[in-house]
Amino acid sequence: MYTIKGKTTEWELVIGLEVHCQIISKSKVFSGASTAFGAEQNTHVSFIDAAFPGMLPVVNEKCIEQCVKTGMGLNAVINKYSRFDRKNYFYADLPQGYQISQLYHPIVGEGFIEVTTSEGTRKIGVERLHLEQDAGKSIHDMSPTKSFIDLNRCGVGLMEIVSKPDMHSPEEAGEYLRQLRAIVRALGTCDGNMDEGSMRCDANISVRPVGSTELRQRVEVKNVNSVRFVMEAIEIEANRQVELYEAGQTFSQETRLFDSVNKETRPMRSKENANDYRYFPDPDLLPVILTDEYIENIRRNLPELPEAKKKRYVSELGLTPYDAGVLTADTETSAYFETAIKGQDPKKVANWIMGDLFAFLNKTNIHISESPIKANQLGALVELITNGTISGKIAKEVFEIMTQTGKDPAVIVDEKGLKQVSDTGAIDALIRDILAANADKVAEIKAGKDKLKGWFVGQIMKASQGKVNPALANQLLEKQLDSWS
Amino acid sequence: MTELTDLYISEALELLEKKEISSEELTKAHLKEMEKARFLNAYITETPELALEQARLSDQRRSAGIQPKPLEGIPIANKDLYCTKGIRTTAASKILSNFIPPYESTVTQKLKDAGTIMLGKVNTDQFAMGGSTMTSYFGVTKNPWTDENGEYNLVPGGSSGGSAAAVSAGLCMGATGSDTGGSIRQPASFCGITGIKPTYGRCSRYGIVAFASSLDQAGPMARSVKDCALLLREIAGFDLHDSTVSDLPVPDYTKALTGDIRGKKIGIPKEYRPEGLNSEVARIWDQGIQFLKDAGAEVIDVSLPHTKYALPVYYIIACAEASSNLSRYDGVRYTTRVDGKTLDEMYENTRTDGFGAEVVRRILLGTFVLSAGFYDAYYIRAQRVRRLIYEDFQKVFKTVDALLVPAAPTPALSYEAMKNMSPVDTYLGDVFTTPSSLAGVPALSLPIGLSNNGLPIGLQVIGNHFDENTVFQIADVLEKQAGFEKRTHRVKG
Repeated sequence: MYTIKGKTTEWELVIGLEVHCQIISKSKVFSGASTAFGAEQNTHVSFIDAAFPGMLPVVNEKCIEQCVKTGMGLNAVINKYSRFDRKNYFYADLPQGYQISQLYHPIVGEGFIEVTTSEGTRKIGVERLHLEQDAGKSIHDMSPTKSFIDLNRCGVGLMEIVSKPDMHSPEEAGEYLRQLRAIVRALGTCDGNMDEGSMRCDANISVRPVGSTELRQRVEVKNVNSVRFVMEAIEIEANRQVELYEAGQTFSQETRLFDSVNKETRPMRSKENANDYRYFPDPDLLPVILTDEYIENIRRNLPELPEAKKKRYVSELGLTPYDAGVLTADTETSAYFETAIKGQDPKKVANWIMGDLFAFLNKTNIHISESPIKANQLGALVELITNGTISGKIAKEVFEIMTQTGKDPAVIVDEKGLKQVSDTGAIDALIRDILAANADKVAEIKAGKDKLKGWFVGQIMKASQGKVNPALANQLLEKQLDSWS
Repeated sequence: MTELTDLYISEALELLEKKEISSEELTKAHLKEMEKARFLNAYITETPELALEQARLSDQRRSAGIQPKPLEGIPIANKDLYCTKGIRTTAASKILSNFIPPYESTVTQKLKDAGTIMLGKVNTDQFAMGGSTMTSYFGVTKNPWTDENGEYNLVPGGSSGGSAAAVSAGLCMGATGSDTGGSIRQPASFCGITGIKPTYGRCSRYGIVAFASSLDQAGPMARSVKDCALLLREIAGFDLHDSTVSDLPVPDYTKALTGDIRGKKIGIPKEYRPEGLNSEVARIWDQGIQFLKDAGAEVIDVSLPHTKYALPVYYIIACAEASSNLSRYDGVRYTTRVDGKTLDEMYENTRTDGFGAEVVRRILLGTFVLSAGFYDAYYIRAQRVRRLIYEDFQKVFKTVDALLVPAAPTPALSYEAMKNMSPVDTYLGDVFTTPSSLAGVPALSLPIGLSNNGLPIGLQVIGNHFDENTVFQIADVLEKQAGFEKRTHRVKG
């Protein structure tokens, strides 16, 4: 169990996460403007997004579908009745003066995410998922006296997924986030890119003496933009709270920002905490009523979720839970894996993907979907090893060439003449020559120094430039040694 | 012959069809009358060049033998709450005094498509908040009806006071109004014209500057029931841009004007006859009831028990929604702006400068009722009572086809009288119109007779949801029975 040892007592953490996921949809949640990322400022803005007089929101059904799908991925209750509320506050990048959200009747209710950490597998409760609109962006660093507003993001659909305060360590929070990201990616409801801000996390953190069940004052740490930073922020904030308690101090419920450079959390301006949002039902929008038929139709067409896939990899393909977890973390990786294992041993393929392929992709910063070695080519490489055409050692060489040329492994083996020598006559002749040239060492083996056999195998491989099948070489060597006299 | 500006739309359409008049002549006659009556201040923005151009095009279409559009060549005015593409739309406010919409509201687009000619944008209370046009940033509109001394001292009512005055004085043949708590029906009564607030959801709200979204409804104002029916047929109907608009088909309302209401059951709710009801209003109401009986309708006493709560419920809900709807006027984009040292200061300066006192009052009221700690006591409670008021109407329409009630507690008041009233007293003017607004049912106001001082007094016919047909049918008979002189109330000089 993760705890912080203070001077007076030992403390445990209580963590809840609020994650905002930008919904994958062509147009915004209440307008027809595009959601494409990275466009020139203020080019994807409709009169609705800019809150011109008399403009009315109309809900994008695609966003409703994405929420329902995600809700199913979270093993959650899909609410057949949900409704939109207005959250009122003034800010320059919020043209309406209110955000359309769902406070009272969210589209998705309670659910859970299964999270595996070093302490085992636990279900982390999900409180709710609701649909809302994103705000625009304020840019304060372009001028010393002016702020600039970009409304491209304004009105993009967001799913806010609120966990229960069920997590007790930075590791658990990190795994929850990774798992959530894998789910939305598998469902195609959010791209999960925290660095681009399409997935954003606020962490609610409090501490309490180990064994206590109270919920103490919590602090919200906002907008932490990577899994690693979320884990760091939790650790740093929890330690700060422990120090305050142990120094006999109290603190108020507040919102703080994580500073990843100075490794600290610091308070936001108190004014930003003082809002009374005056939520009330949005009279411009009708309640969302979902039929059983609609819900079941989505459920039937749901892709396999990471958790189910992971279990299948373990039970049917014989992978370790760890390997299965890595390979199901995103849909591209699992799709790659499943293509590569056609006709191959899944464990061998998994080793190649998680070993050489990941090393190469990380080093070159290439995404698996753009790998120069296609999944079927990696499968073919494993096949060449399995059927004895090349050795594992030669395979590494072939892999290297594949990363550079993208050629099929069989072509490379042909071109470079890397095919294993399996002609026993040729190998026998080779062995005979080597034994003859090293009669003294043969004598030592005869005298019981078995270790020298390995030396001979090495000599054989060297002489054949690695092309001799090592198993075959071993076998033939033994035979000749036996008959040596 | 009758002056061109005296014609009903239905008459003008016939004359245009017979080529006895042209749209250009008709339009010019109205432009001339507008000039003469400019002192009424009915229009905020006149668009004479545009009108003449549209009229000529309309005439060309007719002479080319193209199938005339339903309202081909009819000059109308639009309340300055409707966004009109390329034409300034102010909501009678300072904050939008320079706003030129790059889009057209659905209702005004439909009127364009129906072949109408727009003469300009007419005055209203600021953001449609008020019952007199006195809250307009562009000054009050005068009622074309005069006081006992023959002076133009009376308010036209509101918020659609500019529409009502313009229709009444022959400055347009019909006009769009909008009604949140009586803003079509009360000015219609004050100016002696006809106006209908259709069922909530009958007309699209897209492009209408919002006041209170769950109550705002577009509607036509004209000098006859038939003209209102002609106009409503064009502006009603489904719109992809407004989630709250109904997809029910729009009937030809003029077909409902059968002149026969024998056997129709008309309810007279006792709650609309409180202690101290204005005696002249009471007399006109009794007259209306008699007209219905004479026409063979069955008049039944009914009860709408939650009527007395309508006014406070209305002001809570309308102000709550308004406080949020008006947040977008913040100085950041298209409104006027008064700078400040900080963002908050800019907001304060801009909104203090840009909104009139009544608008500020309602924003504050609305903000208050939505605030933490007050939300349940005010807003939630008001919504519950609104439900009861709605159920009152549902229940009563199981036994009657329509209701007949007064449109306003008094005839048109003078500016002096209005100025001396407290805000709450002015709110009492909406007492007969807010219940049907809260219930979302259609209600038409038409003039029935005159007060002792010779001022028009109107009554409302209220129908069930989406049953505008019955409302028109009954109003049409009342109109004929009343024999109220509904030609233009032209200004002197």
